[in-house]
Amino acid sequence: MTRAFVKVVIIAGGALALAACGERPQVVNYKQGTYQGKPDTPPYAGAPFNGNEKEWDNAIRTRNIAQNEYKRIGD
Amino acid sequence: MARMKFLCDAERCIECNGCVTACKQEHEIPWGVNRRRVVTINDGVPGERSISVACMHCSDAPCMAVCPVDCFYKTGEGVVLHDKDLCIGCGYCFYACPFGAPQFPQAGAFGVRGKMDKCTFCAGGPEQDTSEAEFKKYGRNRLAEGKLPACAEMCSTKALLGGDGDVLADIYRQRVTVRGKSGEVWGWATAYGLPGQAPQRSAPAGTPAPAPTPPASGTKS
Repeated sequence: MTRAFVKVVIIAGGALALAACGERPQVVNYKQGTYQGKPDTPPYAGAPFNGNEKEWDNAIRTRNIAQNEYKRIGD
Repeated sequence: MARMKFLCDAERCIECNGCVTACKQEHEIPWGVNRRRVVTINDGVPGERSISVACMHCSDAPCMAVCPVDCFYKTGEGVVLHDKDLCIGCGYCFYACPFGAPQFPQAGAFGVRGKMDKCTFCAGGPEQDTSEAEFKKYGRNRLAEGKLPACAEMCSTKALLGGDGDVLADIYRQRVTVRGKSGEVWGWATAYGLPGQAPQRSAPAGTPAPAPTPPASGTKS
């Protein structure tokens, strides 16, 4: 009985101790010609636009046109 | 969808380095790394021109083509960005780039190169937008705030324009037309001047053409 119990404990303990020994790739496997990094979100995804692409486009366009000083001073 | 581009008008650039300073300040760029710089051609001689250079966010970017670990990507707005977590600092992109845009901070002793750093068009990188992690790695994300790059927006003479390529082309076209360069409003000569010749300024209508100056003889008579 005691021997069986010790056997079970050793097996369970061994399984528990070796649980972190799974073999995982330590390096990135590069696929030629494709971006391998983290995905990026579009600039309008977060605050203050919260996914409103139209609003972001308008904000950028306003700033874009503001670079033309002929538009600023008028004809 | 905007197609982001930079355009530098060499007729207007006064080599003030305001764009360089704005970039450094905006992204807290470390010493020795210049995401943007001003290049002067024919320094000190008539016809001198300056142009502000950084990553031009090429449509067919050579840096992307040569990167051995494929850490570059292009956003929907046409901005070329890269993942610093993947970059191995090999420097191939620096050799491939015709503008010398990729920069390598000295990471340790013996001139060891760090991960590549370059102009992001103030669009950050592949981290959560406007987060602390993004700022530390890539600098501020002005595009996510609905703003254009700091260098272009603070250029005092508006020589450096940044934003949607179509709008920039319209601005530049109007500007060149107002300058009154008649037949040659486009091309290399308009942007950089003719080789070996001082830039021709347009005269108001009705002004007689200046008399041609006699060639210098080089000897005293």
